[in-house]
Amino acid sequence: MSLRIVVTVKYVPDATGDRHFADDLTVDRDDVDGLLSELDEYAVEQALQISENSDDDVEITVLTVGPEDAKDALRKALSMGADKAIHVEDDDLHGTDAIGTSLVLAKAIEKAGYDLVISGMASTDGTMGVVPALLAERLGVPQVTLLSEVSVEDGTVKGRRDGDAASEQLEASLPAVVSVTDQSGEARYPSFKGIMAAKKKPVEAWDLSDLDLEAEEVGLEGSYTVVDSAAERPARTAGTIVKDEGEGGKQLAEFLASQKFI
Amino acid sequence: MAEVLVYVDHVDGAVRKPTLELLTLARRVGEPVAVALGAGAADTAAVLGEHGAVKVLTHDAAEYADYLVVPKVDALQAAVAAVSPAAVLVPSSAEGKEIAARLALRLGSGIITDAVDLESGDEGPVATQSVFAASFTTKSRVSKGTPVITVKPNSAAVEAAPANPAVEALEVSFSAQATGTKVTARTPRESTGRPELTEAAIVVSGGRGVNGADNFAIIEALADSLGAAVGASRAAVDAGWYPHTNQVGQTGKSVSPQLYIANGISGAIQHRAGMQTSKTIVAVNKDAEAPIFDLVDYGVVGDLFDVVPALTEEIKARKG
Repeated sequence: MSLRIVVTVKYVPDATGDRHFADDLTVDRDDVDGLLSELDEYAVEQALQISENSDDDVEITVLTVGPEDAKDALRKALSMGADKAIHVEDDDLHGTDAIGTSLVLAKAIEKAGYDLVISGMASTDGTMGVVPALLAERLGVPQVTLLSEVSVEDGTVKGRRDGDAASEQLEASLPAVVSVTDQSGEARYPSFKGIMAAKKKPVEAWDLSDLDLEAEEVGLEGSYTVVDSAAERPARTAGTIVKDEGEGGKQLAEFLASQKFI
Repeated sequence: MAEVLVYVDHVDGAVRKPTLELLTLARRVGEPVAVALGAGAADTAAVLGEHGAVKVLTHDAAEYADYLVVPKVDALQAAVAAVSPAAVLVPSSAEGKEIAARLALRLGSGIITDAVDLESGDEGPVATQSVFAASFTTKSRVSKGTPVITVKPNSAAVEAAPANPAVEALEVSFSAQATGTKVTARTPRESTGRPELTEAAIVVSGGRGVNGADNFAIIEALADSLGAAVGASRAAVDAGWYPHTNQVGQTGKSVSPQLYIANGISGAIQHRAGMQTSKTIVAVNKDAEAPIFDLVDYGVVGDLFDVVPALTEEIKARKG
């Protein structure tokens, strides 16, 4: 038996950097360093663990949609241990929204061939967290999402989803789309050997025509949403800061009372 | 006036507060028609009517509890077909966003998630979002199809607007995908007796400085003196001192209470992302250089083990 896992990853602006919007109100990806979205590392990690715990012949492909630099995200995933990578890159993709991104990813996943798709819980830039659900809808396969534990056995994926109201045990037959949270287990660091090996692993480059997609289906033009304005939030006005000389608790209570919280 | 569908988040008929906030926002855009699914759905009608729902569509079936997400998408899609609304509003829970996304795709519509405000516009509803760890505010709208918008808790006031809603049974036929993901077991979260983190008016949080699971008792005591929810930073959760369900920040809950009290939390970007839109921010931290002090309305540089218990005592004394 073989098991083909596709891990979707995103190259995002560093959250600790100074993130901005470009003039066309898309995320500015030029003036800030990028990296593999931290939350996608958990998806790569779970793919590797499923592979290590499996008797099947497992092949892990990492897939990204993004500009030239997004290759860095793929290299990171390959150095962690993924087998190969696919980079969907096309100038017409600039400004694609979540609905469009899910279209491109779904086409690429189908072209690559898959038994299991694993995603992170959300990107660290857009933070919508809807792409896994959109992929399941587009691919017409079960959605087994937001898992803090996941396992695959005999063509069945099982996992635990910790929701607000309850913790649920989920089960679905493959093929399926899974997303994992940051509670699923610390992601490994690439080893030196892994980094060296990654340089020799294949990275396929696909564009829209490879996926039978037209430019107007994606990008800003194909977007289903419009951003009319983006304004930097005014800095919070400097507050009062006191040093506790034994009265800190009382002073704080006084402030809370003045604001009618007590 | 156009109708606006509001997806009802309820537990066995008890409507959760974010849904009532959605009704406030829905009334700005049109006439709210509520959709309540699952066990107790019909019991939601009275409270929804008090808050402005002109109609309540209900449907109960075992599928809603036994299978993940898709049965609810099928039902909401049926409601859209029945009502032809001007927009669909869904609470921004993890499940709410997934339902909304799949619905949008089926409708050929755009989706906006995590709106913090909503107003009527010439070209449809305009949603305000807080992005990049709340450092930017954007205004967006859906440009294709019926707008599907998820709204964060605490984005609007709950307002009484008595209507006398018609309660109608919704006709739902489940899709082939509805039974794809089975829920084989469910363990309800134990109630702490405290308010829901995302819905609370006041949140009291502890971080690395709390320095141990047992020490969270002093954070809880302060929270209880104010009737607040308890939050924790990722550092405290990763250390195993407090449950992940209480984590505030990028990978936990995003909160926007009237008052946020951060204790022993340095204020890393990942934490700020989850609390920066709070109305009033207060911090207690030993380190005067901690970035959390850049956000505060009032800060105390001091040992939280001195300041927090003293604050709790003072609050209790003042409340008598």
